[in-house]
Amino acid sequence: MLELTGLIPAIPFFSFLLLAVFGPRMARRAVSFIGVGSIAASAIISGIVTAAFISTPQAGWSYHQVIWRWMSVSSFQADIGFYLDALSVVMVLVITFVAFLIHLYSTEYMEGDEGYSRFFAYMNLFVASMVTLVLADNLLLLYLGWEGVGLCSYLLIGFWYTDPVNGRAARKAFIVTRVGDTSMVIGLFLIFQRLGTLNIQDLMHRAAQQWPVGAAVAIAAAALLLGGAVGKSAQLPLQTWLPDAMAGPTPTSALIHAATMVTAGVYLIARTHVLFSLAPPVMLAVAVIGAATLLLAGCSALTQRDIKRVLAYSTISQIGYMFLALGVGAWSAAIFHFMTHAFFKALLFLAAGAVIQAQHEEHDIFKMGGLRRMIPITFWAFLISGCALAGLPIITAGFYSKGMILWGAWSSPQGAPALWIAGLVGVLLTSLYIFRVIFVAFFGEAQIPVEHPPRLAKNLPMIVLSVLSIAAGWLNLPPYLGNKLWLNDLLYTALPKVAEKQVGWITEDWSEGIITAAFVLGLLLAYELYLRHRGATRPLTENALGRAIHGFWSADWGLDFAYDKLFVAPVVWFAEMDKRDFIDKFYDGLAALSRACYHALSATESGRMRWYAASIVGGTVVFVFIVLFL
Amino acid sequence: MFALGTIGVLVRRNLVFTLMSIEIMLNAAGLAFIAAGAHWVQADGQVMFLFILAMAASEVSVGLALLLRLYHQHGVLDTDSASEMRG
Amino acid sequence: MHVLFYISGAIAILATVMTITRLNAVHALLYFIVSLLSVAVIFYILGAPFIAALEVIIYAGAIMVLFVFVVMMLNLGERAVEMESKWLNARMWIGPEILAAVLIAEVVYLLSRPPIEVNAIQYVEPREVSLALFGPYLIGVELASMLLLGALVGAYHLGYRKPKALENADADNTDATRAAAGGDLVRAGHDRRAGAA
Repeated sequence: MLELTGLIPAIPFFSFLLLAVFGPRMARRAVSFIGVGSIAASAIISGIVTAAFISTPQAGWSYHQVIWRWMSVSSFQADIGFYLDALSVVMVLVITFVAFLIHLYSTEYMEGDEGYSRFFAYMNLFVASMVTLVLADNLLLLYLGWEGVGLCSYLLIGFWYTDPVNGRAARKAFIVTRVGDTSMVIGLFLIFQRLGTLNIQDLMHRAAQQWPVGAAVAIAAAALLLGGAVGKSAQLPLQTWLPDAMAGPTPTSALIHAATMVTAGVYLIARTHVLFSLAPPVMLAVAVIGAATLLLAGCSALTQRDIKRVLAYSTISQIGYMFLALGVGAWSAAIFHFMTHAFFKALLFLAAGAVIQAQHEEHDIFKMGGLRRMIPITFWAFLISGCALAGLPIITAGFYSKGMILWGAWSSPQGAPALWIAGLVGVLLTSLYIFRVIFVAFFGEAQIPVEHPPRLAKNLPMIVLSVLSIAAGWLNLPPYLGNKLWLNDLLYTALPKVAEKQVGWITEDWSEGIITAAFVLGLLLAYELYLRHRGATRPLTENALGRAIHGFWSADWGLDFAYDKLFVAPVVWFAEMDKRDFIDKFYDGLAALSRACYHALSATESGRMRWYAASIVGGTVVFVFIVLFL
Repeated sequence: MFALGTIGVLVRRNLVFTLMSIEIMLNAAGLAFIAAGAHWVQADGQVMFLFILAMAASEVSVGLALLLRLYHQHGVLDTDSASEMRG
Repeated sequence: MHVLFYISGAIAILATVMTITRLNAVHALLYFIVSLLSVAVIFYILGAPFIAALEVIIYAGAIMVLFVFVVMMLNLGERAVEMESKWLNARMWIGPEILAAVLIAEVVYLLSRPPIEVNAIQYVEPREVSLALFGPYLIGVELASMLLLGALVGAYHLGYRKPKALENADADNTDATRAAAGGDLVRAGHDRRAGAA
């Protein structure tokens, strides 16, 4: 059964080829069937593989399948090989399943679009690349998947390419992540040079043997890989591309920029966790980056008017939580949060997409209202996922995963109270901004009437994901609820367990209690400010300081502006200076010289016979002169 | 005499005079040959002059034919008027 | 003997100068004939009587007569004389004179280097000349005859003139003018049958 692993990336890839070549000529139904069917097949196979993996565990809880040898150059070998362990199994299952639901949703969302087959082709390629990334057994294949998802992200953000804004957003995404990718590639070079292999399990063994904890080379390698992860996962300082990436279609935002691609960085760090464990400064950096990003993005989300931009900043913030978990050594907590986040964030985006289409492509939440009654299923979906995001206790998945992360931040040997407090403030902000959206858009007076409510293809995935957003949390029940950590037990076969040290009087129960309190506080604040007294925030934002802070947060804490001044402006200045291409003047001079010679020589061809005779005589004189005297 | 012939070729625009000046030059060259032959008391100089003579005859006939052509095409015997092959 | 040589030489040069400076073509031709005759005398003095005779007969007698015939045929007249006077101004003479002067200087320099003994001029028999022609220079003779043949054919062809009516026929009646207006010139050449519609 486990041999079917190779099919999981292969089926979507072949479906991509089919759709890319024949798509425009196929009927809509055929395109939907192939596009969604391939992902469905992939999801089913991952389900089978997961079941087989859990029920009949292999030796060492890992399974390695090599499809073929990709390259073999002197001392370097790389295979197209897939490595199944608990980590990749969980990720593949989540990815394919969520992708399937989103593809199903897209059949209705994109039905009016003329690029229908192109969309599905790109989405299928994306799923194939993502699964390759997750299942790769060596870093080179992982990098191939990495680049593949980057490419698909570019193609899908700029899907409606006729609008230049979309093209700019796509290019921005690609270039910013490219910066991270370059860092990662240098990291790959370093790892290969020092350890002699890019096979992940091998390199982790060798690193553990050869590099002492805190070695400079380990720090360098881990830091370079972190650079790549930061770029792809839109963390500080490379998070500027994600809010603009919302220019793409909503299913794209759901799949790529919420549930899967942006978590590639998290996966990378979790995959090469040995390297990171060998470099404690880098781990600290990961945690600090995570904490800083989650606060920063949370503040920015509070000021956004576009519903998708709120969710984008929310994604950045939640991945900050995952980085925080990774940084303190709570590997399984990070993966748990990835799983729950995939469910509820995808659901949030799908519901937002349904809202946008129901409101005639309106994105501004302050122009919406009263949707609670008009599109009830969407409302409930959004509400459930919003509560999961904020962490409604017991009944939502986000509560469990976020609680585990914050507990890890407090209790892990690499954790610190400051990180825990940052996470706590983040919970407050999260609750505040998401309920702000809910209260503003779904409650109150209806401003834009709904003519085409979402139908089955949109509603079904939303319902399924809503159930998952509630139930997925029950895979890991914390101590006060029975202490049945099923998911963690599975993940501990692949990832190290986080050690717990008791710090002070706060136990896990207390931690979760405080988190709940923060959640409730945020909810109440949102209720007061946005539902009870609409416009209550106006005095806050009207005064000079408020306006300044609002503008600052809304513009992503000025990072876009800074990058523009630091990097873009000098290049543009140089290009302007070189507009006349002065370096080329040398070659222009050569051409001008030959032209001048041409003019001079053609003047000697006057056509007059006497002139030619004179030149003959002149030549004779010179010749005789030379013979005589020289 | 050769120099004089050269001057004639370069100066005169009328084609008749140009041809005549060429004859002058040929004659002068032949004179040089005869003188050389006389100096070394060999027959070769005279032989060369004979060849020059034959060549001059053929050249004159062709040249005059061309001159007639030019005259009929342009109406004047000006060599400068036939300067269409210029760059 | 030497006196005769110098006198003939002087006449030759003087006659040549007159040749190139005359305005009337016929005058120039006549002066040239004088020059040729004096050069013939020089040849005789240098011991080549055969060549001297040939010079007079062929050069002065045939070639120059041909020249005179052509000039007469052209019938240049007064207008030509006027044009000549316009063309020949002092400024024209400067350049060529410089060039020729340099040439003369070089030749003089050449001649002045090793002192040449002026022997008594020896007489080269025509018999020796003909023996040389039939011996080592046989090829040259054959080539010269071919040259003359070529000149003959060429002169005949170049001098041929069609009747006035057909004078410009070749220029007026080409494929291009025969093809229909706006037609395909390439095809008009290839496809004669379908040519001018």
